[in-house]
Amino acid sequence: MKIVEVRGLTKTFNETIHAVRGVDLSVAQGEVVVIVGPSGCGKSTILRCINLLETPTAGDVWINGVNLVDDETDLDLVRAEVGMVFQQFNLFPHLTVLRNVTLAQMKVRGRTQEKAESVALAQLERVGIPDKANAYPRQLSGGQQQRVAIARALAMDPKVMLFDEPTSALDPEMIKEVLDVMRDLAADGMTMIVVTHEMGFARAAASRVGFVDEGKIVEIGTPAEVFDNPQQERTQLFLNQVLHH
Amino acid sequence: MDPFSAASPDVSDQPRPDFPEAKQRRTDTDRWWESFPWWMFLVGSLVVVLLALVVFNEDYRAAWSAIFPGIYFTISATFSAFAIATVLGLLAGMGQLSQNVVFKNLARAYIEIIRGIPMIVLIFVVALVVVPDISKALGVPNSVPTFWRAVIALALIYGAYIAEIFRGGIQSVPIGQVEAGRSLGLSKRSTTWSIVLPQAMRSILPPLGNDFIAILKDTSLLSVLGVLELTRNARQFNASTFKIKAGFYTMCFVYLVLVLALSAFMRWFEAKMSPEREGER
Repeated sequence: MKIVEVRGLTKTFNETIHAVRGVDLSVAQGEVVVIVGPSGCGKSTILRCINLLETPTAGDVWINGVNLVDDETDLDLVRAEVGMVFQQFNLFPHLTVLRNVTLAQMKVRGRTQEKAESVALAQLERVGIPDKANAYPRQLSGGQQQRVAIARALAMDPKVMLFDEPTSALDPEMIKEVLDVMRDLAADGMTMIVVTHEMGFARAAASRVGFVDEGKIVEIGTPAEVFDNPQQERTQLFLNQVLHH
Repeated sequence: MDPFSAASPDVSDQPRPDFPEAKQRRTDTDRWWESFPWWMFLVGSLVVVLLALVVFNEDYRAAWSAIFPGIYFTISATFSAFAIATVLGLLAGMGQLSQNVVFKNLARAYIEIIRGIPMIVLIFVVALVVVPDISKALGVPNSVPTFWRAVIALALIYGAYIAEIFRGGIQSVPIGQVEAGRSLGLSKRSTTWSIVLPQAMRSILPPLGNDFIAILKDTSLLSVLGVLELTRNARQFNASTFKIKAGFYTMCFVYLVLVLALSAFMRWFEAKMSPEREGER
């Protein structure tokens, strides 16, 4: 069974702006799907529809066999299975790093504080900053904050991780530390959907690369297929612009 | 003189280009008298002078013993009205932001009505007409005590002002915080209570503290209801002794000390409530 199954996804804002126009996507266990495309093409909206931060105008989204668009579905339960990492990190500034990572574990997963803290410390170890557990987010660099955000999502034991341009708000010297963590995650077999402009990451870590333009997946295939031998003219044009500058 | 040197001390910390004609910027310690809080000294002197009068002057002493008992009413009315107004303000502030059409419009209507009527008029109307009418409609046999009628009037008024403070504070929390909470599986309620409100408190606390102090001062308006609070006591003292100066100055003294103590408490409380801002001030 596919972990993520998207059928006919459509999102229209204010009845006039067609952000997503009929997207189909299925992601299997352990797959890393990287979505690339020009700014404003709808790739972030696709991602935000997958955990229903945006309500799709039409279409269905299944996570692990549960249809999120169904009114009967308990969204909070499904969302706990879908980790999300944001461009702006969105750490909770009033809580320490440790509390950032334990809060949802305790409130949603019902873990004891002791259990949640041991999971949190293990995840902080995994992203390489166990010594910052008692710091507040504003005391960390952008790269460190983003790694905490990844640890926070991982602590929920998600079935799939969504990354919405995780390095776009970072200073250049911090991009690598975040991409390294993501690469390790991919190597560990985590199912991931990543929206990014980092073509190097896409080539190295992706199982498949999808090129999105004007709200549609124009082309999808292995990194070699899409980067080295793109079939669609729009893909070729886009890759020319981002790869040769 | 550089008017900005005291206001932006951090500028002097930054490395400055070493132009030969650039004058050495003065440090804060060179001209300590420019940044010394003289206002505290002036306020403190006034308090000390008034205190001396109250202790040593016979007229002021008489005024003090006539006025001071009103402090019980003033303080208990302040705290009761503030507590009720904060709950009302939270409800109406969140109501305004609610998706629910009924809550949203009820909250908006309440705020617009209260803000559209002068405070002293509302005190008369609520305490003397609205509360008695409602208690009669509810079939309460005895009339509501004057203390509570006064407190309800003040709480209803300030609830509307505090609602705007809560609304602004909640809206100041970036939407990404809600999205982060929801994406972790937190319910709407958990997100509101654990993520949005604690952060909103940062921008809510300072104006909320101001309103706390404003309520304390506005309890003096309750004197129009004939309740025995500080202002009413002072006016009664003046009317019976004609020692107007002693009466009014003593009243000012009591209010000033109360307000100064309360604002010192609020500053301490604000600092305590935001540990993540340690070292920022």
